[in-house]
Amino acid sequence: MSANPQRDEFGNAQSGQTEATNRFIFIPNLTSRHRRGRIWAIVFLASTIVGVIALTALIVTILNDSFGYAAIQFTVQPETLAPGEKTLEQMTCPELASLLEENISPNRFRQIQSEKPFSERTQRECYELVITEVAKPKAVETWPLFYSLQYRHELALYVEQKYPGSELVFRSWISKDFISSHQSSDPLLAGLRTAILGSLFVIAIVIVVAFPVGIAAAIYLEEYATQSWINRVIQTNINNLAGVPSIIYGMLGLAFFVRALEPLTSGTIFGATVSTTANGRTILSAGLTLALLILPVIIINSQEAIRAVPSSLREASYGMGATKWQTVWYHVLPNALPGILTGAILSVSRAFGETAPLVVVGASTFITYDPGNIFSKFTTIPIQIYQWTSRPQDAFRNIAGAAIIILLVLLLTLNATAILLRTRFSRRLI
Amino acid sequence: MANEVKIVPLMPEVSTESAKPQNLRKHPRIIESIIQAFLFICGAISIFTTIGIIVYLGEEALGFFTSSEVSLFEFFTGTVWQPQIGNFGILPLLNATLMTTGIAMLVALPLGMCVAIYLSEYASPKMRSFLKPILEVIAGIPTVVLGFFALYTMTPLLRALIGKEIVQVYNTASAGLVMGILILPLISSMTEDALSAVPRSLREGAYGLGATRLEVATQVVVPAALSGITAAIILGFSRAVGEAMIVAIAAGAGPNLTWNPFRPAETMTGHIVRISGGDLSYDSIDYNSLFAIALMLFLITLLLNLVSQRIIKRFREVYE
Repeated sequence: MSANPQRDEFGNAQSGQTEATNRFIFIPNLTSRHRRGRIWAIVFLASTIVGVIALTALIVTILNDSFGYAAIQFTVQPETLAPGEKTLEQMTCPELASLLEENISPNRFRQIQSEKPFSERTQRECYELVITEVAKPKAVETWPLFYSLQYRHELALYVEQKYPGSELVFRSWISKDFISSHQSSDPLLAGLRTAILGSLFVIAIVIVVAFPVGIAAAIYLEEYATQSWINRVIQTNINNLAGVPSIIYGMLGLAFFVRALEPLTSGTIFGATVSTTANGRTILSAGLTLALLILPVIIINSQEAIRAVPSSLREASYGMGATKWQTVWYHVLPNALPGILTGAILSVSRAFGETAPLVVVGASTFITYDPGNIFSKFTTIPIQIYQWTSRPQDAFRNIAGAAIIILLVLLLTLNATAILLRTRFSRRLI
Repeated sequence: MANEVKIVPLMPEVSTESAKPQNLRKHPRIIESIIQAFLFICGAISIFTTIGIIVYLGEEALGFFTSSEVSLFEFFTGTVWQPQIGNFGILPLLNATLMTTGIAMLVALPLGMCVAIYLSEYASPKMRSFLKPILEVIAGIPTVVLGFFALYTMTPLLRALIGKEIVQVYNTASAGLVMGILILPLISSMTEDALSAVPRSLREGAYGLGATRLEVATQVVVPAALSGITAAIILGFSRAVGEAMIVAIAAGAGPNLTWNPFRPAETMTGHIVRISGGDLSYDSIDYNSLFAIALMLFLITLLLNLVSQRIIKRFREVYE
């Protein structure tokens, strides 16, 4: 079809037929063709801009939720608690403890003391206790950033009328306290510390397990594997695994690491005495699950990096009498390393943001202490975000936004490292 | 000092000790073999992973199907999923999955194509170097963050546009739309790769025949890259089917067989996340039913991935 008019057209020009025929072929639709081209060019550009808009909207939403006014009500004003010239922050732990004893029921006081004696608590912990147990601040209502800025004065009036005795403060939900305090059921006091540590622990295991195994597998497939059926199966299999949804890995982790390998993953095999029974739902299980999840990606990326090493390097090495492993270790790997690391870091950043497999493996929803070793219960930053997002109160949405900022900053740092590595070392190759 | 320079013979052993050259072939290199074996095992771990997935998913799913409470027929045709009263019909979950995926594809497919064509055929190098990283950033955002975005930005937006009575707080439309944003970079970058792989000579030939830029893009380059584009679309679809957190956060809890995208409905992945997030006792029918859903999910995505790979291999046009 398409070939015919072109030949005709050419033929027309050769035989010098009437101008009308020529015009019939060319001119009438030329302007409309160009117009259509221009319209579509705009459409193409517009759809690209949609992506940019989506990203901007996402960032704006998160910022909007992480800052803003909050109306805070205290059951007991903290100023009235401190009798002397010292404020609560300046008091020592024993002073705070006696203050606590005066203001709460003896049962509750004994309970707190049995959790951890006051002599072992830091001043900061004691202070937090007094605030949570006695002053009991509560965010009765919160407003997002843009709304807060726009209706500042109206808000002040509104709060005065609706919540007498409460305080309207402009709050940055992301703060030093937010990073350093433990989980709490009160959004004003809840912090991300447990989750940050949990994430770091899990990622450490992912790195320890997935990096060596992934790079070794890539070396095998690129340098050693011959054209046998088993190697072809391995290669196809890795490509398929890369497309398996992450939640399936979570199910595998639940059935295998958590259940079948429970003695190993809960640490009882090693005689680890864990105060709380995690039943295999430990940092170790989570790390191994995520390691399996990113393994195919690491392998594929490393393979590409190894493939990019020119074969002249290998041949020169063999020519000097080096063995296969010597060639790989001293020549191929050092040259492929920047590429391998870039790919590996990018896949680690993927593991960092994974939520679904960890929910399935059994992340704890509420733990208030630091993870001690790899056999502890865990929670991670994305898990916390998920938890807080599914709560109905306004303030949880604010701290979810703050947690997202921290997560994104950490991810950005990881990715920037990868990009730096790539630009720094890529010039040296070849 | 200068007098003490030693003269080192180049090959002392050979020249002094033995006249016979060593036969290197007879040297068994044990360490080399051990290393190779270790590397092979590392490669084989991927096979164990697959076997593990199939065995564990299959085993628990088998326990589900052989239990007295459910039959295979009921599983595939039942329209109610309520484990509490022993109703295990996967259709509501499957329906919700297809709906969110469908909406996502409605967004991502046209946008992804347009973005890819723009980046590959229209954009100046400067524009490209600005836009590509942005798309990559979107692809790298954790899905739980996108879930937050769906629930707190997309849903209020839909409710403001369409009406609060029609659009409920949890709905498949907003989850699907945001999922579309998620797979947009995936589809566009794979499509763009396919488009850039089309040799310049084809484009220049078409320009030489008087085609406009649009005609070159849509009638020459896109058809030539069709296999790659199809594979990209299928992969995007498979990714959307397996996506969990966006739907878990924004699409609502509770299986619900509905065609209305503004009503809540729970997808397969969303159901797994919600149930396994709660207290789950092993060997209960609930626990086993999750594995049956997961097996189904695994088979669907595996099939899609295999088809995509097959298309790339089979229909790829090879140009010199």
